[in-house]
Amino acid sequence: MSEQKAGGEPAVSTPESGSSKIETPDGGAGRLREVFRSDHPAVLTILAIVAAVVIGSILIIASDQATRTAASYFTAAPMDTFSAAWHAVSGAYVAIFEGSILNPSSLSSGDTATIFGPISETIVSATPLIFAGLSVTLAFRAGLFNIGAQGQILLAAIFAGYVGFSWHLPVVLHVIVAVLAGILGGALWAGLAGVLKAKTGAHEVITTIMLNYVALGLIQYLLGVHGFQAKPYNQAISPPVDHNALYPHLFGSALRANVAFLVAIAATVAVAWLLGRSTFGFRLRTVGANQDAARTAGISISRVYIVVMLIVGALAGLAGSAQVLGTSPQVTSDIDAGFGFDAITVSLLGRGSPIGTFWAGMLFGALRAGSVQLLASTNTPSDLVQVLQALIVLFIAAPGLVRLIFRLRRGAGGQTAVVAKGWNG
Amino acid sequence: MKLQLQGITKRFGTFTANDQIDLVVQPGEIHALLGENGAGKSTLMNVLYGLYEPTEGTILVDDAPVAFKGPGDAMAAGIGMVHQHFMLVPVLTVAENIMLGAEQTSRGMLDLRRARKLVRELSDRHHLEVDPDAKVEDLPVGIQQRVEILKALAREAKVLILDEPTAVLTPQETDHLMEVMRSLKEQGTSLVFISHKLREVREVADTITVIRRGKVVGTAEPTATAAELAALMVGRTVQLRVDKEPAQPRDVILDVDKLRVVDAAGQVLVDDISFSVRGGEIYAIAGVQGNGQTELTEAIVGLIEPASGRVVIDGEDVTEDTTYDILRAGVGYVPEDRAHDGLVSSFSIAENLVLDMHDQAPFGGRIQLNNKEIAKNAIARVEEFDVRTTSASAPASTLSGGNQQKVVLARELSRPLRLFVVSQPTRGVDVGSMEFVHKRIVAERDRGAAVLLVSTELDEVVSLADRIGVMYRGAIVGELPPTASAQEFGLLMGGQQGDTGDHDTKESA
Amino acid sequence: MSAPTTDEELVVHHKVVQVGPSRARQTAVAIALIVIGLFVAIVLASTGTHPNAKFGFDAGGARVHVPTLSLPEAPFCIVVGALIVLAGIYHLVRGFTPAAMRWVGSAVGVLFLLAFLAWAGTGGRTVQFTSLLQQGLFLAAPLILGAMGGILCERSGVINVAIEGQMLAGAFAGALLGTVAGLFAGIVAAIVVGGLLGLLLAVFAIRFLVNQVILGVVLNVLALGLTGYLFDAIMANNSNGTDNPGFFGPAKVPLLGDIPVIGPVVFDQNYIIYAMYVIVIVIDVALIRTRWGLRTRAVGEHPQAADTVGINVLRLRYQNVVLGGCVAGLAGALLTIGSVGAFTKNISSGQGFIALAAVIFGRWTPRGALGAALLFGFAGALQSVLSFLNPPLQINSNLLGMLPYVVTIFAVAGLVGRVRAPAADGEPYVKGSA
Repeated sequence: MSEQKAGGEPAVSTPESGSSKIETPDGGAGRLREVFRSDHPAVLTILAIVAAVVIGSILIIASDQATRTAASYFTAAPMDTFSAAWHAVSGAYVAIFEGSILNPSSLSSGDTATIFGPISETIVSATPLIFAGLSVTLAFRAGLFNIGAQGQILLAAIFAGYVGFSWHLPVVLHVIVAVLAGILGGALWAGLAGVLKAKTGAHEVITTIMLNYVALGLIQYLLGVHGFQAKPYNQAISPPVDHNALYPHLFGSALRANVAFLVAIAATVAVAWLLGRSTFGFRLRTVGANQDAARTAGISISRVYIVVMLIVGALAGLAGSAQVLGTSPQVTSDIDAGFGFDAITVSLLGRGSPIGTFWAGMLFGALRAGSVQLLASTNTPSDLVQVLQALIVLFIAAPGLVRLIFRLRRGAGGQTAVVAKGWNG
Repeated sequence: MKLQLQGITKRFGTFTANDQIDLVVQPGEIHALLGENGAGKSTLMNVLYGLYEPTEGTILVDDAPVAFKGPGDAMAAGIGMVHQHFMLVPVLTVAENIMLGAEQTSRGMLDLRRARKLVRELSDRHHLEVDPDAKVEDLPVGIQQRVEILKALAREAKVLILDEPTAVLTPQETDHLMEVMRSLKEQGTSLVFISHKLREVREVADTITVIRRGKVVGTAEPTATAAELAALMVGRTVQLRVDKEPAQPRDVILDVDKLRVVDAAGQVLVDDISFSVRGGEIYAIAGVQGNGQTELTEAIVGLIEPASGRVVIDGEDVTEDTTYDILRAGVGYVPEDRAHDGLVSSFSIAENLVLDMHDQAPFGGRIQLNNKEIAKNAIARVEEFDVRTTSASAPASTLSGGNQQKVVLARELSRPLRLFVVSQPTRGVDVGSMEFVHKRIVAERDRGAAVLLVSTELDEVVSLADRIGVMYRGAIVGELPPTASAQEFGLLMGGQQGDTGDHDTKESA
Repeated sequence: MSAPTTDEELVVHHKVVQVGPSRARQTAVAIALIVIGLFVAIVLASTGTHPNAKFGFDAGGARVHVPTLSLPEAPFCIVVGALIVLAGIYHLVRGFTPAAMRWVGSAVGVLFLLAFLAWAGTGGRTVQFTSLLQQGLFLAAPLILGAMGGILCERSGVINVAIEGQMLAGAFAGALLGTVAGLFAGIVAAIVVGGLLGLLLAVFAIRFLVNQVILGVVLNVLALGLTGYLFDAIMANNSNGTDNPGFFGPAKVPLLGDIPVIGPVVFDQNYIIYAMYVIVIVIDVALIRTRWGLRTRAVGEHPQAADTVGINVLRLRYQNVVLGGCVAGLAGALLTIGSVGAFTKNISSGQGFIALAAVIFGRWTPRGALGAALLFGFAGALQSVLSFLNPPLQINSNLLGMLPYVVTIFAVAGLVGRVRAPAADGEPYVKGSA
């Protein structure tokens, strides 16, 4: 044991000297990951959707009256049960498809409005989802949770709606001013959370949740105030927005899809540019990925937080204006239509990328549009869509579970989209 | 109780932290484990305490092999541990902490009275006074350590492992701890004392085992001289053969004047340090990890606000400036924990190469990045610094430690510097890259920049620096020329001033 | 008392310098107190429409009659305002300790509320004080239970944003099983379903390390979707057979229920609320005094320390998260079989989030959360009471309804003292990672 005691050997500096003292075991594993790409994010996403659809099917079957009736004489005619179950499940998913993309039976009518109706409805639902989803995505990339899209949408609806119904401006100008007002409203609300985070360290999850309810109280209050409430003051609703302030329709007045969708595409490109090409986006991503490295590189974290939240709010504000200046042109207290929370699921499905968020918004928009058809043509309740949405995201958030179910090998898709952190973090 | 480790090896991935370690702790002895930071002492003890499973080897208690699945097993076998980072719950009281995991209850309720009594009994018996009802977070570190010791004793530990227990103590507290250790020994407890401080080890140990780079390199009696132990612990100074001309110092660039850094709890981490570095010279700060080096560099580059004192760069007081402004003023900074502070591991190499210059021409302006220039820069730097990667757009996490360090260096050296602050430049860096890194640092000196080097690797300090200050407990306790012997350095780093050498602390003041 | 002397002796050796407390915050709080006091003493005292405010203390079914109190409003407000101003001045000059400040804060809150009620009561109509308290407690009850569910989770280190979903699921299961198998079966069902959602939270947070805030949000969406789906599938067409459980009416406790004021408020409520009393007391005592409580606190603050003394961190977390779900499920039962006797979609309408706010505002302690939930409940009751009164200035109930949220924002921004979550709250524990 004492072979080197008080040694005269010059051989202390062996090859491992100094090397890899606190090294993370990454080098070899990294190459291994290249080999087993079976849990690539895209694979995981598809499998998450599959798993959600399967569980949704079970739910449909369990609640289907015909299937239950057939199951009561299962031993006598088992095929009846299966066929009833198949009928219920396929009926539901076909209805969603027909309501959101194309209804084959409409083709024979030859009426373009009927044929493209489902697509138009998908676009209508997807537009606010994309805006709000981008808002959540951008926050995620800076390491922030924006649970407050709902409140930001409400504030935007108040601002844009007020400009829309109480000001009277020329065509084009009016809609632009109204949209800008909406952006301002959303930015104000999220900016408040940003300032609180930057200056006092108040956790944005808590402040944005609370601001949601403050916004709700505010809108309910305003809808009881003369000047904001529509005559004859017996309903909690504002006057309708001026025609000049509405987003023009995209495909003629028979279809509800409007120019806001083009703005959503532009916003997607803008956010992609911001994240990938702008200096501020660089800082934002640095803060989101590694605060310590950001600070060491001289980046002011609190300034980034404030500016990010302003932009995040502006995006949610666009969602609010898309609602009040398009789909539902009167301010009500439920004008957010649940987009604020759905935006979180959209963003998670989009895995933090603007393009991904766009397509996730389209998918969930389609589900929303399809839910209307589901309600109309089947016995399956339309809330199925919300269940599907939650399940998809749940599976996306837990790649480990998907891997377990489908027996995938562990690989690159291993990390959850967002690093876990606590209230104090 | 006799405790024996046979051929313990612990690997983390490709890194071997412990390599075939044999160790015998006889009943009722104080067995010191001596070694530098990162030598693998703590890993070994965590294996012994059931926190890590050994890759190879066996643990024997009283000659019978045991396998610990968790700390619970180790405790049951009579092994207690005082962790370097205390395993105490700050918001709980002393009594609660001590009873945690082994609670006595009466009628379903915690029997706090009994816990308090136990605490008092143990404190009296071992002279470890502590108020059982004080909240741990309100106690000074020294007292917290007593609680940690009491916790192990309350579980009737026969072997007590103390992991760098004196690192957080004042000399007076250290003396008291030594007494406690001796008294424990007299009462039949065996102790494993992990330390890198020679004086303490020699004073209290019965047997000394020295570990270097994960291996046992020798055993010694406490009668061994400090010089012998220092040589054994640090290893022979190996000339890394950095080809460099003698320094040609110019004007003073960095002037640190009575700089003091205090943490939130009021502990003084940097204690009125003054020194200056001239252009064209490398001033190195040597010392054992955790003696305030990190805080010193962070205060210089504006990452933490000093409590008092001044930092002057090129005649300009930058004490109040932001990190952004300091970096723009021509300061390069390589942080000690590169993976944590120096790089964004999910970012590409190209992005990491402009992390603190992304808004400077030609990489970007106020609004937009110039991705073309960033890519061009990346190719040039990867080439120049010989970064081994498949592509400059690969994430930094795919690089080895040495190549990650090259990326950080490449970035900081790719703008004209007046001052270059570099911490632990070769930690986790392979030998090949090490030489390269050293050459670049010397080249920066020769270009006329002032270089402040902080390193715990003595070899590195000696072969690179023109002047060396040794830091201990937040202060520079002595300055030595690079020609001084390993023993002299070891003694200063271990907090023993003026034991042998002629180089004393006087000249630094 | 002998120990501290040696301690101090050693502290001297430490190189420790004094880090000053935030003087600015103290001044801000003191000034706020003085402003509130002046507001009460000047504005409220001078704007009453009638010299006297009438307070009624009778509630339905009370056996003992308490005479109506006629309070001279202006002098009362001046006295109350002066007290608050004095507290502010004391804080400015001397400063209350943080512990004392908590009591002072509560006292100021209560005093302010009384002065406000006196002011509102000058409109000529009687302030029904007892029924205000009764209703306040009733509205607070789901928040209190929900908050207890949150505390069970969070004290052991798992963030529970899913209280809302757990309540909603509990409300649904309570209504369904309450109709099919009786009210008590409804309670059991609510607890079980809440616990199942808790289990889901636990598995995803602890086993699959999913970010707990995201998880909570998604589970809320899931609960909303599932209950909505099942409501349409099962209840909508057959509400008599599936969504008609009836409800627990108030069950007056003999004797105790006849105590003036306190009786009707505390002892004339329904069984679930009685169960709530027990739960709050049990959690409060158990968290501090039992082995389970000690370990829970340790696991929530420093899981590694708990692990090194042989505590099974993950098992304890599973246990507590499921238990928390159960309690939140029971809170949901209050919304259906504890009050209106039917389930409707999204019946919880954000009360789970208010419960979360109560947890945070109450600094993660049962007592604090109880106080916060009561405050929020009374704010709700005040809304409806004010609409019956004829105060000198009508205050919009929507604006009043924002109070809990605004107060919580102030709380987390550190303006009402520092709020600190359990240190390891929200951080998954992976062995050997530290």
